[in-house]
Amino acid sequence: MTRFNRLKGWLYLLPAILFLGFFMVYPLIDVFVYSFEEGYNSASQTYFGTGTYNYSYVLHDPYFLQALKNTFLLVIITVPLSTGIALLISVGLNSIKPLKNLLQTVYFLPYVTNTLAVGLVFMILFKKTAYSDGLVNLLIQWFGGDSVDFIDGPYWAKLFVLCFYTIWVVMPFKILILTGALASVNPDYYKAARVDGTSKFRTFMRITLPMISPMIFYLVITGFIGAFKAYSDAVALFGTDLNAAGMNTIVGYVYDMLYGDSGGYPSYASAAAIILFAIVLTITCINLLISKKNVHY
Amino acid sequence: MKVVLRNLTKKFPSRDKKNKADVVAVNNFDFEIPDGKLIGLLGPSGCGKSTTLNLISGLEKPTEGRVFFGEDDVTNLPPEHRGIGLVFQNYALYPHLTVRQNILFPLENLKGKDKLSREEMLEKAMEAAKLVQIHELMERKPRELSGGQQQRVAIARALVKRPRVLLLDEPLSNLDARLRLQTREEIKRIQKETGITTIFVTHDQEEAMSISDMIVVMREGMVQQIGRPQEVYDNPANLFVAKFLGTPPVNVFEARVEQGQLILGEETVLEVKGPADGPVYAGVRPEGFLLRRDGAFCCALSGVEVMGRDISVVASSKASLSPAIRAIIGSENLAEIPADAGQVRFALKPDKVFLFDRETEERIAFDVSARSGL
Repeated sequence: MTRFNRLKGWLYLLPAILFLGFFMVYPLIDVFVYSFEEGYNSASQTYFGTGTYNYSYVLHDPYFLQALKNTFLLVIITVPLSTGIALLISVGLNSIKPLKNLLQTVYFLPYVTNTLAVGLVFMILFKKTAYSDGLVNLLIQWFGGDSVDFIDGPYWAKLFVLCFYTIWVVMPFKILILTGALASVNPDYYKAARVDGTSKFRTFMRITLPMISPMIFYLVITGFIGAFKAYSDAVALFGTDLNAAGMNTIVGYVYDMLYGDSGGYPSYASAAAIILFAIVLTITCINLLISKKNVHY
Repeated sequence: MKVVLRNLTKKFPSRDKKNKADVVAVNNFDFEIPDGKLIGLLGPSGCGKSTTLNLISGLEKPTEGRVFFGEDDVTNLPPEHRGIGLVFQNYALYPHLTVRQNILFPLENLKGKDKLSREEMLEKAMEAAKLVQIHELMERKPRELSGGQQQRVAIARALVKRPRVLLLDEPLSNLDARLRLQTREEIKRIQKETGITTIFVTHDQEEAMSISDMIVVMREGMVQQIGRPQEVYDNPANLFVAKFLGTPPVNVFEARVEQGQLILGEETVLEVKGPADGPVYAGVRPEGFLLRRDGAFCCALSGVEVMGRDISVVASSKASLSPAIRAIIGSENLAEIPADAGQVRFALKPDKVFLFDRETEERIAFDVSARSGL
């Protein structure tokens, strides 16, 4: 390897390194620095000192704790549910012949649908107005229940809608990935299992699941990360004042701290962002550890 | 367990929009496979041999006809109740399970009165592994094994339940030449040791000839000939079988029979008693040529390939259907070829010459005892 060749290699990498450096590495370090600067004033760009006060403030802020709770509930409910349901639908899709392509298209439609349009549909389904109770409430009343305000009502109802919405939005991509994974399993394995008299359930548990485990793992990891970073879903359903609705998420809290009505506190926002980063990192590491045992490449 | 196929037919619906006629993959099979033998289903790609195997295994349902194992009609039994072991072309070993787990897999499926204790299962798995000599690799994953070892694991998995019939789909096609030779001996040994009726599918005639007790030659869903390998080689029923068996392949000529004489091109080469006068195809096995300075059949010499024990004389003749005629002769006859010769003369061994009808391509018998030309 001559010196010139080594230089040439770096030259090729330069655009990517510059881009990533400016827009990823530098901001990351900056956020980290901000989060330790106490009493930062964005107008004069000055601060009193350094320390962990920002973290302490954020961790004692009831809005942040609410956002943390919402995000955790959202993650714990939507990731397993959406992956599980997507798996069921994919297995179903994979085992039928007629209408397979049509149904695959139907299940994929939400993925290419505009988020605002989806939000509108959910409004019609769930929102209670002076004129109508919404379709879901009509159904509830039909079965003899009391109508619930899903958008402005009790916490569990709002959380339900948020989870429902999130699951519905992330489902198509998961179905797409899983049907692909299922279709790529060599049919000879199933034939071999059939000849050996393997029950359907055992075939699924001992052959299908391990075979597609890398894809499931991929979906779980990206699902966790995506759900922890949830924000737009909540906005689409409950509007921009999420703190008032009690439906804020961590990313929403970060945004509010920067630009919201109560905003202008980049130090608090940075501390919250770093806390989110730490949580996502921890969860991902745990996922990776678990996957070592259960994912077969 | 003998396997009997009675009028077995399998049709697949045509996917061709213009031609709606069904594709007949297996056409009216009717034969018996004797108990405890090794049988090779042989034919070119797409001749229906894998479909036949699937019909016997029960993975496919026949359109017509019946399958018997011994006296039991198994036509409507699903594969798991037929008592078969099946080895796939790609082995289909579960990649995430160890060798031991792979072999145990069929045993763990047993239910009710057949259910085994863990110890019994392990013992049986070990027994099967020892039979195919992979018992030292039990904790490995399939991807840590060579192709030949994977093949053995697949056979052990198929054998662990003591099937009545063992089916192998192209068992050697994924192995390299050296392993292929070794593995076919291995299959023969395992079959002998277990005594299980074994049916294997192959497109490689050498493979089928070398280890089978009986071969079934197939073409386009029809059985062409059934018999012991040597028998089929020495007595092909038609031109297809003659061409399919043997390397180098049989040399085919456009020929004529006139008054009990076989005429290749211009030359009268052999006395053939029996067939009526008229045009025929004549097939001559490569070993059917004898190098003689006064031989009746003259052709242009293209070259000599030395292969050690034998030499291969490549020649050409207008009467030949293929551009090159190949004759295999003992290397001691090399001296018979003049150094500067543009042509060679051959005498023909009558028992290595076959006549076929020009229309039906069926074999035409003639009296071999007439030893002319020698």
